Amino acid sequence: MIVFDKPHALTDVPFHYCPGCTHGIVHRLVAEVIDELECEGRTVGIAPVGCSVFAYNYFNCDMIEAPHGRAPAVATGVKRANPENVVFTYQGDGDLAAIGTAETVHAAARGENITIIFINNAIYGMTGGQMAPTTLPGQVSTTSPYGRDPKIQGTPIRICEMLSTLDGTAYAERVSVDSVKNIKAAKKAIKKAFETQVAGKGFSIVEVLSTCPTNWGKTPEQALEWLRSDMMPYYPLGVYKDTTKEGE
Amino acid sequence: MKGNEVIAEAAIKAGCRHYFGYPITPQTEISETLAKRMPKVGGLCMQAESEIAAINMVLGAASSGKRVLTSSSSPGLSLKSEGISYIVGSDVPCVIVNVQRAGPGLGGIQPGQADYYQATRAMGHGDMHIVVLAPASIQEVADMTMEAFDIADIYRTPVMILADGALGQMMEPVDFEAREAREIPEKTWAACGHQNKRAHNIVNSLYIEPEALEKIILERYERYNEIAEKEVKYEEYLTEDADIVIVAFGIAARIARTAVNKARAEGIKAGLLRPITLWPFPEKKLLSLSDTAKSFLAVELNMGQMVNDVKLAVENKKPVEFYGRTGGMLPSVDEVYEKLKEMSAKL
Repeated sequence: MIVFDKPHALTDVPFHYCPGCTHGIVHRLVAEVIDELECEGRTVGIAPVGCSVFAYNYFNCDMIEAPHGRAPAVATGVKRANPENVVFTYQGDGDLAAIGTAETVHAAARGENITIIFINNAIYGMTGGQMAPTTLPGQVSTTSPYGRDPKIQGTPIRICEMLSTLDGTAYAERVSVDSVKNIKAAKKAIKKAFETQVAGKGFSIVEVLSTCPTNWGKTPEQALEWLRSDMMPYYPLGVYKDTTKEGE
Repeated sequence: MKGNEVIAEAAIKAGCRHYFGYPITPQTEISETLAKRMPKVGGLCMQAESEIAAINMVLGAASSGKRVLTSSSSPGLSLKSEGISYIVGSDVPCVIVNVQRAGPGLGGIQPGQADYYQATRAMGHGDMHIVVLAPASIQEVADMTMEAFDIADIYRTPVMILADGALGQMMEPVDFEAREAREIPEKTWAACGHQNKRAHNIVNSLYIEPEALEKIILERYERYNEIAEKEVKYEEYLTEDADIVIVAFGIAARIARTAVNKARAEGIKAGLLRPITLWPFPEKKLLSLSDTAKSFLAVELNMGQMVNDVKLAVENKKPVEFYGRTGGMLPSVDEVYEKLKEMSAKL
């Protein structure tokens, strides 16, 4: 009896992620969903610029690596060229919510029939811990060494709340991968997002609260605790938009 | 038909069914024509939220194996340059139109050729080229737009049609059937879903190991060498016995040709070499002309850009002079003729 197996939608290439980083969990959840929906052969994934830039080596489906922030535009091109493809982007907070804000908002506004997996860990990982658009007030980063001061650096962006105001967004949910219970809920959300696309119902996004122990200067366990104590109150979990039942 | 409309129609003739753009003068008729035509042929004309989004939609659609077009004018090309570099780095074919206006900055909306350096030198960061075609008539606009898709697919490279506001707005008769299609390799590299029949394709420009990146770039430069060997195009007019050879492309070449006629009538042996491909540049042809010509004159709608490629090509064997107008001004036939007269007196 097989009790644990690697999803087919993941390659054998070892992840390069730091200890305690939650990218690995989210990669696996996405791959499990692709397996369960039996759509690997028609799926095209778009990798971002950031820690998950090498996602193109990890997923077994066809992959394209986009310029920083432009994944939703690249995904739009793929989906419009081959509407039978299942198209997802996998993006971090700097990529999606700073440099790629316009591409994200307009893909949602168009109701682009794609799925975005949005990793929010409140920091730039790959470049070494700079302030992100989702960095919390008071949070220390290498470019907010005295803590993010909203008077100087503004306030963090709540992406799911913002995108839920757009008519084109069919499904937006914020989840977390800090516990077994929440990981199960995250998988359910990712599956629902993919199913929303497969059913042709429009733009779907799952925001995943994630940890970055390396750049937060915490142990993996402390990082999970900080996610719960500091991130979750600012970024409440939940479904922010779901129009998938409409008209049924 | 108007040049801009011809670009749109020629793209459809070439099998392009995906266009992504953003409005900017003086090329907006390309988008407007395709917005009407694409739905009739089962295609897509999409207005993106920015030039940046448009070129990245091109990256996506072209990565999935389709023939894809985008168009813009000078300031828009600056915005697209990031995406173009990624498209080059990912070896993805596409066709890009620049209906040039005057710059820098917002500049003006009258015709210009001041993006010559950008197109041939710096269309993106990194070691790279794109193929640059410079039509000078509406028939050439049609032929080159169609040919551009073939060259792009054969060499897996972006190809640019470098036109200008005059060509975009000008009307001339055109025949869309005058061209022979070329043999196009199958796009086995495309990211369109592996259908469980092959290993996954990755369209990518990142190579973290320097050895791997150098190898990829060297391979790409072998293709560039092949392009330089096989795809150089130019037109000669009365160069055989010419003392002074004008070098001019696009709309400037039409003015120069009339000036050559006027000079010949006045006993000055002038000729015209019109580069049709700006990259690759017809440098061998120019070098051989330097055996017979006594001097060269570059005529451009800018402050002197291609003139430096002429100087490099003739290897200082003969003097190379320049005449140009900029800011959206066109040199007149008389101005070019006066310059020829002045050069002729020095021979």
